[in-house]
Amino acid sequence: MMKKTMHVGVTALVAAFVLAGCSSVPLDDKSKVPVETRNTTGLGTGAGASAGGAGQSGVTPVDLTKGGANANLGKVVYFDFDSYVLKDEYRPLVDSFAKSLTADRKKKVVVEGHTDDRGGREYNLALGQKRAESVTKALALLGAADSQIEAVSFGKERPAVQGSDEAAWAKNRRAELVYR
Amino acid sequence: MHNIRRSASSSAARSAGFVRAAFGSLLVVAAAFFCAKASAQFRVEISGVGATQLPIAITKFRDEERATPSLSVSAIVRADLERSGVFKGVDAPGALDENSQPVMTEWRGRAADALVAGSITRLADGRFDIRFKLWDVVKGTPLGGQSTAVEAGDLRLAAHRIADYIYEKLTGEKGVFSTRIAYVTKGGGRYTLRVADADGEGGQVALNSAEPIISPAWSPDGKSLAYVSFESQKAVVYTQDTASGARRPIANFRGSNSAPAWSPDGQTLAVTLSRDGGSQLYLLGREGGTPRRLTTSNAIDTEPTFSPDGRSIYFVSDRGGGPQVYRIPTAGGNVERVTFGGSYNISPAISPDGRTLAYISRQGNAFKLYTLDLGGNGQPQALTDTSDDESPSFAPNGKLIIYASRAQGRDVLMTTTLDGKIKARLVSTTADVREPVWGPYGR
Repeated sequence: MMKKTMHVGVTALVAAFVLAGCSSVPLDDKSKVPVETRNTTGLGTGAGASAGGAGQSGVTPVDLTKGGANANLGKVVYFDFDSYVLKDEYRPLVDSFAKSLTADRKKKVVVEGHTDDRGGREYNLALGQKRAESVTKALALLGAADSQIEAVSFGKERPAVQGSDEAAWAKNRRAELVYR
Repeated sequence: MHNIRRSASSSAARSAGFVRAAFGSLLVVAAAFFCAKASAQFRVEISGVGATQLPIAITKFRDEERATPSLSVSAIVRADLERSGVFKGVDAPGALDENSQPVMTEWRGRAADALVAGSITRLADGRFDIRFKLWDVVKGTPLGGQSTAVEAGDLRLAAHRIADYIYEKLTGEKGVFSTRIAYVTKGGGRYTLRVADADGEGGQVALNSAEPIISPAWSPDGKSLAYVSFESQKAVVYTQDTASGARRPIANFRGSNSAPAWSPDGQTLAVTLSRDGGSQLYLLGREGGTPRRLTTSNAIDTEPTFSPDGRSIYFVSDRGGGPQVYRIPTAGGNVERVTFGGSYNISPAISPDGRTLAYISRQGNAFKLYTLDLGGNGQPQALTDTSDDESPSFAPNGKLIIYASRAQGRDVLMTTTLDGKIKARLVSTTADVREPVWGPYGR
């Protein structure tokens, strides 16, 4: 059943907060940008000092694309209509989660499968489950232990985006990887 | 609070208001009483023309306005009987009660075949004495009557029991007006599981949650509800005693646990579990425990529902490509396909006599309520002209189906006769309502 109960902009904002609330991905570790304070007591000390007078305002860039679990890759996998096939473009994401899990055997990931709002509740719950399982299967193949992964489904009960058009549906056909 | 409107066709009713039917002397019953309830107030809107509807006159019960200003027993009785599709109410002016000697020619003149009159008296101990009599106007003879004394809280139930009595006397079939329904509401970011009278009134909250609740199912004794709750961030099956609220998780295995269905003896539940991968059917004792796997496929097998004799389970499977309804013996064995028309058939419900399957079929972009004769003859019959139908459930006398649909942007609950001709809309004025299930006899 389709609803247009919220303005899309507000919806996206709420969805963002909901998603943020749902996940327990520890973005904190990787997202704090260390700001170095430099003492420019001597010329030539420190890399920044010679960069055209950066002086006391030097900033060291932090590259999140190296080694961070998923900060640039996100934690959501999207699916085509009626499909639970894990598309190639999401392999790097799944890969990075698998690496994180194999590196720390105490870590657990729950993969939450979702569908768009078309169709029956229980059948969609099962479809969402298939989506989640295609991700957990991939994680297991990449070395994650069974005890570290669980596939669950919300079916159509927890849409990311309200709406009854393909743009909304595409955003709801997804699996979310959540550290628990 | 009962604002009853009638129309000749459901589409006219939906579009611009309500149109007088062309048949008979059709009058709007203007309910004089409006009970100010906080939330989820239902109004009953009935539409359609039945083949042979018995015209019945129900006069206001003597003193009912004074004794019970917050509800009208006679209006509840009339609405119940009309919703069954078997009766049509006729104008019933005048001050009669159960002791009157009605002038039958007068009532025949009003084209009534049956007449009901009664009274309500407030007793010294605070209870209410309700009496009524039923006459066969055609023969000019009384058919029976009852008197009962009830607490204020049981006034609605008393009215429903009067409707049951009348229904049974005049049709020979058991009435379902004093049964209950359960359904889920969603609104303001919260979900509730509610239990209400079969007319949608008197809803009480059984469960209040910030997370989704789906797939409620009544136990056969009407004392418990099974349902799926997402309160722990995954689908878990609970059973809950409705009187006490005591609840327990009975299926909380790895992955998702859903689609509970009670066996007719109330001792077993069929559920959908993903504990072994995929979604498969399992059987569990009513207290939980170790499940016995029933289906073994690589497909999605879900939405189990028992046949009335408990020997088979109907369910939905996409083992043939798209979801269809199948049947398997409860003891295990060969799976037989049941639905063939269309590419997407889900949400099976079996009539109490085991002869009719109700289900939802996707036709193009529409999801529509269909019935199919399980005797093997005949084609699937569409019952509605709406396009977002869900979750059909039979009344225990097999004469009505309750289902969810969508109208004017809201989820609504509807009842329909099995031929699709008489429909009643239970419209929630606040929250969206979905997943209705009809409870058993015996409240």
